[in-house]
Parts: sequence; C-alpha cells; structure tokens
Amino acid sequence: MSKGQSGLGKSTLVNTLFKSQVSRKASSWNREEKIPKTVEIKAIGHVIEEGGVKMKLTVIDTPGFGDQINNENCWEPIEKYINEQYEKFLKEEVNIARKKRIPDTRVHCCLYFISPTGHSLRPLDLEFMRHLSKVVNIIPVIAKADTMTLEEKSEFKQRVRKELEVNGIEFYPQKEFDEDLEDKTENDKIRQESMPFAVVGSDKEYQVNGKRVLGRKTPWGIIEVENLNHCEFALLRDFVIRTHLQDLKEVTHNIHYETYRAKRLNDNGGLPPGEGLLGTVLPPVPATPCPTAE
Amino acid sequence: MSVSARSAAAEERSVNSSTMGQQKNLEGYVGFANLPNQVYRKSVKRGFEFTLMVVGESGLGKSTLINSLFLTDLYSPEYPGPSHRIKKTVQVEQSKVLIKEGGVQLLLTIVDTPGFGDAVDNSNCWQPVIDYIDSKFEDYLNAESRVNRRQMPDNRVQCCLYFIAPSGHGLKPLDIEFMKRLHEKVNIIPLIAKADTLTPEECQQFKKQIMKEIQEHKIKIYEFPETDDEEENKLVKKIKDRLPLAVVGSNTIIEVNGKRVRGRQYPWGVAEVENGEHCDFTILRNMLIRTHMQDLKDVTNNVHYENYRSRKLAAVTYNGVDNNKNKGQLTKSPLAQMEEERREHVAKMKKMEMEMEQVFEMKVKEKVQKLKDSEAENLGKEQEEREDLLNPLLTTSYVLVANMPAWTSVFVGSV
Repeated sequence: MSKGQSGLGKSTLVNTLFKSQVSRKASSWNREEKIPKTVEIKAIGHVIEEGGVKMKLTVIDTPGFGDQINNENCWEPIEKYINEQYEKFLKEEVNIARKKRIPDTRVHCCLYFISPTGHSLRPLDLEFMRHLSKVVNIIPVIAKADTMTLEEKSEFKQRVRKELEVNGIEFYPQKEFDEDLEDKTENDKIRQESMPFAVVGSDKEYQVNGKRVLGRKTPWGIIEVENLNHCEFALLRDFVIRTHLQDLKEVTHNIHYETYRAKRLNDNGGLPPGEGLLGTVLPPVPATPCPTAE
Repeated sequence: MSVSARSAAAEERSVNSSTMGQQKNLEGYVGFANLPNQVYRKSVKRGFEFTLMVVGESGLGKSTLINSLFLTDLYSPEYPGPSHRIKKTVQVEQSKVLIKEGGVQLLLTIVDTPGFGDAVDNSNCWQPVIDYIDSKFEDYLNAESRVNRRQMPDNRVQCCLYFIAPSGHGLKPLDIEFMKRLHEKVNIIPLIAKADTLTPEECQQFKKQIMKEIQEHKIKIYEFPETDDEEENKLVKKIKDRLPLAVVGSNTIIEVNGKRVRGRQYPWGVAEVENGEHCDFTILRNMLIRTHMQDLKDVTNNVHYENYRSRKLAAVTYNGVDNNKNKGQLTKSPLAQMEEERREHVAKMKKMEMEMEQVFEMKVKEKVQKLKDSEAENLGKEQEEREDLLNPLLTTSYVLVANMPAWTSVFVGSV
C-alpha cells in the first residue's frame, strides 16, 4: 500500500519498483477530477512473473490523503480498510469448510511517503504513523529525494529517525521481532544507516555513458534512479523485494494478524453465530502462512 | 502679445479647459525637462520603503529565497528553522532591514507567517494573515484621516509571495482557499518553490495546470501592466507566459566551469540559481525589484487600499452608527477633530507630567534615603571619632580624678 500526500511520486515509484505499469499514474487521471473530498482507497491487482515465479501483486493507493484543509482523522478510512482485510481472512479461517488456499488480501507492507521539506516530520505524518504502526508494517520513505543535496539528505534522515524514536513509532523492521543475532545485526544496520530510504522514481529511460538507465533529465544533469550515489532506490527495492518480501508476509501473518485476531476474539468471546463455530473450540492456526503465489 | 491675440488664446484655453489642454510647441529651452532629476534627487534623499510578505508551508525554502533575492542574510542560518517553532496557531512576524545600494536606501520589511499550513487541521489558518493586512490598512487610513499628518509611515503589505509546493499535480485546496480570500486585499504573486524537483516538462505541465485552476476559481493574481513601449510589452508577455514563476533559492557559491555561481550541488550536477534555463529566479528578481516594485506599490495604494477604504467608510455611513474600533475619527468635522486631537494631546501631556512627577518623587525619596543613610553613617563615624578622642581623655580624666585624693593629700601634705 502506498500512502502520502498527492504529488509525492507514489505511483511513479511503484511503477519503477516493479518495472511495469502496475499503477495508474495520477497524470492519467481525468484532469477534471477534483481532489477527492474523503480519502479513497483504490486497489489494483496484477499478476507478474519472473524466472518462472508468479506473483499476484496488489497495489493499494490512497488518493486524497492529507490533501484537505482539515486532515483530522484522515487515517481512519485506511485503518478501517486494513482491519476489514484482517476480518475477511479471519472469517475464512474460522469456517468449518475451509478453502485450501485462503485468498489473502491483507496488507503486507505500507510505504509511507514523507515530504522532503528538509526540516522535520509534519504533525500529520506523526499522527498517521503512530496509529498505523500497530496494525501494519510501515516502511517510511523520503519521496522526491532529488530535492535535497547530500548534506541536507543526511541531516534530514537523522532528524526523521530521531523524531520517530522520540515518538515511539516502530517502523519495519521492528526491533522486537528480530529472531536471531544474524537478523538483528543486519536489521540494525539497515535501521541505523539507511532508513528511511531517500528515493527517486522514474519510468523514463535515458542514455548515460552508452547505457540505458531509468532516470530524470534536468537541465543540469541526469538523475539515475539505480545509481547508489544519486538515490537509494536500489536499496529499497532490494530490501522490499529481494530480501525481506517473505519476512514482510510472515510478520503480517504472525504478528499483526494474530494481534487483530486475539483482540477480536477477546472482545466478542467468540465469533457471532452463523459462522459455523461450535463452542469455543477454534481450529488450529496453520503453521505456515497461506501461500499467495500460485 | 496684442490684446486680441491674448483674448483669442484665452478663448481657446477656456474651450479646452475640460481636456488636458492643447499641446503647445515650445520655442526655446524652458528647463522643466529637469523635473525628473529633481524628483529623483528628492526620492533618493527620502529613501524608499517596501513591505513584502511570504506565505507558504514550512520547508519550502522561503527564507533561503529571501536571502537570495536581496543577497543578504536577512534570515541567518542560526534563525530557528520551522522545525523548532512548530506552533499551534499561525503567527505573523515582521522584520525590518535597511539596505543600501548605489546611494539609494531601501527600508525593507519582510512579513513571515510561520505555522501556515503545518497543522493537521488547517481551517482558518489564513485568518491571522487577513487580520494583519487589514490592520495595516486601518493604521494607514487613520493616519490619513488625522488633521496633523506630517508623518505617515506606510506599513501596508505591498506584495505577497505565495509558495506552492512542487507536487506536479495542481493546487491544493488550501492554496485555492487562501488565494481566493486574499486576492482582493494584496498583490499575490504565486511561485513554485523548490523548482529543482521538477524536470522542464513536468514544470510546464504543472504551470499550465496551476494557471488553469487559477482562472477556474477566478483568482486575480498580480497583473503586469501593459505599456506603450513595444519592447517592454514583449518582455511583459514573456513573463506572463512563464507564470507562475518556478524558483530555486540558494546562497552557497559553487564553481562551475571556472565561474563562481550561486547554486545547489547535487551528485549529478549543479542547479544554478541565476541561470534562466534552470529556473525563473532572475525573472522574479528583475520583476520584483528592478522593474515593477513601484508598480506594486501603486497598485496597492490605488486599488487594494482604495477598496478597503471605500468598504470601511461605506459600512460606517450606512449604519449611521460608529461600529468601527476607532471611535469615528472619519465622520467628525475638522473642527471637532481638532478639538479631539487637542484633548488627546492635553491628556497625553498630563499623563506624561504625572509620570514624570512620580519618577521625580521616587528619585527624591531615594536621595533622601541615601542622605539619611550617609548621615547615619557619618554620625556613626563621628561618634566613633569622638569616642576615640574622648576615650583617652576620659580615661586620663578618670585617672586624674581617681588620683585626686592622692594629690590633694600630697598637696595638703606639702602645704
């Protein structure tokens, strides 16, 4: 799921991440459409394939977030959506005649786009992350990082990290879920040095030194998206897709979903009747997450 | 001139009295071509004033741009950045600075609005700004209506630079609301901040979108005046095509191809501030300072201020009752006005007198106290001295007295 105010390059980045047009860019919106009055949630599903491995990817976009004059509680529709997905999964799980593969529409990862003001996090950012770090894995990302010079970038990152710490906001990878020492050191390194990732997205290609690269062309130079000296897009991509994709799913299933489930069952003392539940004996939770790749 | 010719000329003049007057060719050098020089000298002596307001969310580079525009550090790097002063309500702060160039003095007032658009709920964040502008107009109106108006300080906001975040999509609802409410009160010049975020194509599209939305909502931004000069008109048209201006601010100097320029250093190149192909900063500077500053002041004076004034006075006369804060300085006759001013003056004098008397009394008391203290001290000292002197005397006298019987006996003895 990608979150952040409009104009931060979310759709472009998602397209770049998956190297295909998986997200309808806002510029292809009908320009006559006004900024929506309430936060909308648009989910688009794709099936992409690489090296024989198929993946069903769902990108959820939230146009209208943070765009209004009064943005109080603009995170509520999003929280509701995430909980609805958990609810759907829970209902399926608790069924007597369960499907072999429960369709998993839960949100595994939320990319939160921070505006590159160069000063600090906005109150809206803090509020949102505070509410949602408990229900979903949040990965903060600094959008449009080509606005900042190198010094400004490192200063800003430090300040953001400090503010998140001061406000007690746990972003993915959460410290408490590191299982072994290897994971811990690796994740610590990522947490202290690279996060939040400062990214630049682009789906246009240019020639640089004989190679064709994705980038942005400005009168004073070409910003290469995959060049680590220019921005940290490559780090983000490796982090989310190549190394931590499975972990994201596991944390969502084992921790966030379980928290939701426990809360739900405690509140109701069991699911409402008609769900096929006899007594309070619940079927055991499957040991491995239901694979979404088919 | 003969009588008949004179009368004919008089007739002509009376016929043309309603128009500007006939254009007459001079037959020699009269010398009023020197008038502009006189005006120039007087204005330079008097100095110029300009009030500029900057509005926009924090982190858009407003302070940097002001520093770049006027090539001075009006906002020093130690000036607490917005991160240190996120406030719950919008503040309006003004800072004055006097800058000189080529013998010409400019008293520049920068009005800043920290906290604008930063909160989660930004409804009515424009209200403090509107109140500020109105209060400046009101001050000027009152100053203008006084009987004695030798000094009329002009603090009216002459230009408002509105910073738009470079999202690339369009105006935000907050931008539209703000501009709709302020376009009748002040000259608004919208700027795209941090323009080095956008590539040239994105910038073009963004500008088009913004201008479309501005027209849709019937927002009246500052219009550049058309002149009779063809050359100037071409320039003006070029500026109009590039509205809103996309600016980049920086005061750090970087070497590029052997030249020292102001810019921002990125790993992929240097974005130059004064390069016309990189951003519109030079256009903004030329327009704001070199060519249109006087026009901005004129439009503020003739249009915005007059609007305010007529609205204010119409409200008063319509109601018949004074419902403005300043009790009807505008509706009394000059004599009554003079009376009131005199009374005011007298009251002020009285107050000053009282204050001075109080201060005087206080000082007197202090002095008296001091004197007393020093007297007491002196007394003490004198006492001591006296004692010092007396004591030996006393002791010797005691000794003498004590020994008197002995002496008398000796005396008696000897007698």
